[in-house]
Amino acid sequence: MTISPDVETFAFTPDNEAEARAHIAKYPAGRQASAVLPLLDLAQAQHGGWLPRAALDYVAAFLEMPQIRVYEVATFYDMFNTEPTAPCQVRICTTTPCWLCGSEAIVAAVESALGCKVGENTADGRFYLREFECLGACANAPMMWIDDDFYEDLTPETATAVVEALKRGEQPKPGPQNGRNGAMPIGGKTSLLEF
Amino acid sequence: MPKLTIDDIEVEVPAGATVLQACEAAGREIPVFCYHPRLNIAGNCRMCLVDIEKSPKPVASCAMPAAEGMAVRTRGEHVERAQRGVLELLLINHPLDCPICDQGGECDLQDLTLFYGPDSSRFAENKRPVTDKYMGPLISTHMTRCIHCTRCIRFANEVAGVEELGATGRGEHMEITTWVERAVTSELSGNMIDLCPVGALNSKPYEYTARTWELRHYESVDVMDAVGSNIRVDVRGNEVMRILPRLHEDVNEEWISDKTRFVYDGLTRRRLDRPWVKRDGKLEVASWSDALAAVASRLDGTAGDRVAAVAGDQACLESMAALKDLMAALGSPHIDCRQDGAKLERPRAGWLFNTTIAGIERADALLLIGAFPRHEAALVNARIRKRHRMGGFAVGRIGCPGELTYPTTDLGAGPQTLTDLLAGGHSFAELLDRAERPMLIVGSGAVARPDGAQVLAQARTVAERFGMIKDGWNGFNVLHKAASRVGGLELGLVPAPGGRDVRGMLDGVEDGSIEVVFLLGADELDPRALERAFVVYIGSHGDAGARAADVILPGSAYTERHGTWVNLEGRPQAGLRATFPPGEAKEDWRIVRALSEALGRKLPYDTLEQLRRRIADEVPHLARLDRIEPADWQPFGAPGDTGSEPFTSPVDDFYRTCPISRASEVMAACVEEIVGERIGATGTDG
Repeated sequence: MTISPDVETFAFTPDNEAEARAHIAKYPAGRQASAVLPLLDLAQAQHGGWLPRAALDYVAAFLEMPQIRVYEVATFYDMFNTEPTAPCQVRICTTTPCWLCGSEAIVAAVESALGCKVGENTADGRFYLREFECLGACANAPMMWIDDDFYEDLTPETATAVVEALKRGEQPKPGPQNGRNGAMPIGGKTSLLEF
Repeated sequence: MPKLTIDDIEVEVPAGATVLQACEAAGREIPVFCYHPRLNIAGNCRMCLVDIEKSPKPVASCAMPAAEGMAVRTRGEHVERAQRGVLELLLINHPLDCPICDQGGECDLQDLTLFYGPDSSRFAENKRPVTDKYMGPLISTHMTRCIHCTRCIRFANEVAGVEELGATGRGEHMEITTWVERAVTSELSGNMIDLCPVGALNSKPYEYTARTWELRHYESVDVMDAVGSNIRVDVRGNEVMRILPRLHEDVNEEWISDKTRFVYDGLTRRRLDRPWVKRDGKLEVASWSDALAAVASRLDGTAGDRVAAVAGDQACLESMAALKDLMAALGSPHIDCRQDGAKLERPRAGWLFNTTIAGIERADALLLIGAFPRHEAALVNARIRKRHRMGGFAVGRIGCPGELTYPTTDLGAGPQTLTDLLAGGHSFAELLDRAERPMLIVGSGAVARPDGAQVLAQARTVAERFGMIKDGWNGFNVLHKAASRVGGLELGLVPAPGGRDVRGMLDGVEDGSIEVVFLLGADELDPRALERAFVVYIGSHGDAGARAADVILPGSAYTERHGTWVNLEGRPQAGLRATFPPGEAKEDWRIVRALSEALGRKLPYDTLEQLRRRIADEVPHLARLDRIEPADWQPFGAPGDTGSEPFTSPVDDFYRTCPISRASEVMAACVEEIVGERIGATGTDG
């Protein structure tokens, strides 16, 4: 684990600061440290997908909590990056249910679509590809998580299509890519029909 | 009060006790790594597994509350297999470097593996390497040995009150670290070394210098501050190899400050190991008989009231009693043990920490008057923090700004605030009014001011006004910083009628009415102020006192004598000699005794026992070791106006307060890294 310096100072934009205050307001007075996760998320989004040390220190000061406590949180959760990454992060779930449903093929397809291996940035520096542990969408396996959206029920073809669309700067439709509605059966209900 | 059976032994434990505590009450030993009775429960090492009836799986006993009717088994195939399994897993990533590990021989992991562990490992893969972390000049780290018990993190958060340690990453990638490779800025950090159950955190100065089984242990008392921490001095040959705490619930619990623990390298540096006599303005090595003769010839024909004596901050009762007797024999009324000029005089209640250190835990409000306990008495500070963590405790502070390890309300800077408080307008005054057992602590800096006696009187008025003095509760406390101070005051090392205090002596030296000054390890006086006097320095280190000296009589440091010290509560405690003084140096009381003979005024004792009997005759309670003689409440201090200057702490540099700590290179490194860093951090640490 390393925490890279990158920038000297960090501060929320006025919009983000307002949002941060809204998060803090959800918790009782004196319990502002409870808002550390949403604030780190805001800071990460503001800083292009990763958290420099200045941002961690800023959040610690913002929440009046010891810096080490913020470092612990930031390094505990895989969703926070403490080292520089590309702004768009492609995270493919490779935990058992997704793996059983063919996530290896998804990884291979996305690798060839992006032209980089897992754990690497693309040559143009726009995308960062990584494997991820279970994201809780097992009913729609296999799946991947890009920026704030889940893309589910993937096949190598649909996964490639999603990534290609992103490369072109388009916003593909999140959710199941095979026409399912959420986690419902693809051909309509098969049980509990009388309800 | 739940009743439960442990291995068919019925025990009753207080409500809220854990199964582990119940097992201990039943006399069963439960192996633990992460559990520590003085820290919060973490429950992450899983070593304390026991069987509880109706529970299909073994249960971590440290985190399981004891309940009525539980039937617990601490032995048996099931439990033993579970414990063996836990140890096998803990040892997966633990290196087998016991032969070169400092913890070897006193390692929990070693011991528990021997008794509870598997005989071999099935793990054939690579072990997990972890980079070592930098934790400052006192703690060395070997993080591959860490078993993630998190005792160090919990100690830093809870007892030391500096949240600087944490665990980053998760699972296999978890690592214990300070935030970005910094020294731990706590005065108690060394205790993490004791707490670490493996060899991950080691003492940096002690590292690779000795094996534990080569050391002889001597029980002694610390003199770095006035707390009187109980210590164990570990010795090899005639050298102090390390200093560890001893358990004393009423004084230091099981902690000691970093200065106490790491100062010992100062015991071998800048030592005075031979007598010196100044001839033609230059100090020259002399024999004991020449040195004593030099003093005798200078004193020959000098009237008693032209002689003065000052006892230093680390003097033991025995040497001070001998010095007092010598001065009385010489007919001098000029004797003082208050180098800092503290205006402390009888009655006793006016100089004691009357509440006692353990009594802090019963208080519900605290007023700090010109005191900065974190630096002046780190373990009193730790006790205040312990009280703060129990909840329902308010701390107000007058003067001495700086970061303490608990929240405080700053009420003002100088004595004027005391007047305001007495006038009643203050919100903190209302808080003190409501408190059941309020206490106040007057710092030694506050009573060493020119208006110290007036400040003391005002503090007494505050104590009386806010109900700090009542049956079974005395909330008035003076926080001393010198280990010898209370002992000296109890022995009466204050000017006799017509005598001069330290300030008066220095004035007397200036105008020529004081010609000879004896310094018994007194190193906090300005040598230039003593230039015109004939100075006899009895002490261990070449410090300020030796610079002023015309004759140096080499004495012993605190680890080199059988001595008694009285801590700030008035608790006499005895320390054993751990090593012999270097070279020709001798125990201080023997030097005073030899001096008395050379001066033709032989003191009536030849052995330490005789001297101690004499002290017992004079002040009987000083012979009752580890007992505090409570003080009657009587008026003290002096009426009059106080000045307006803000209170300041007399300890501006925690790591260097005495000749020994000033001679220590480890302490110098601490100043550079920890104090320097704190100053440097201003403005950049958010």
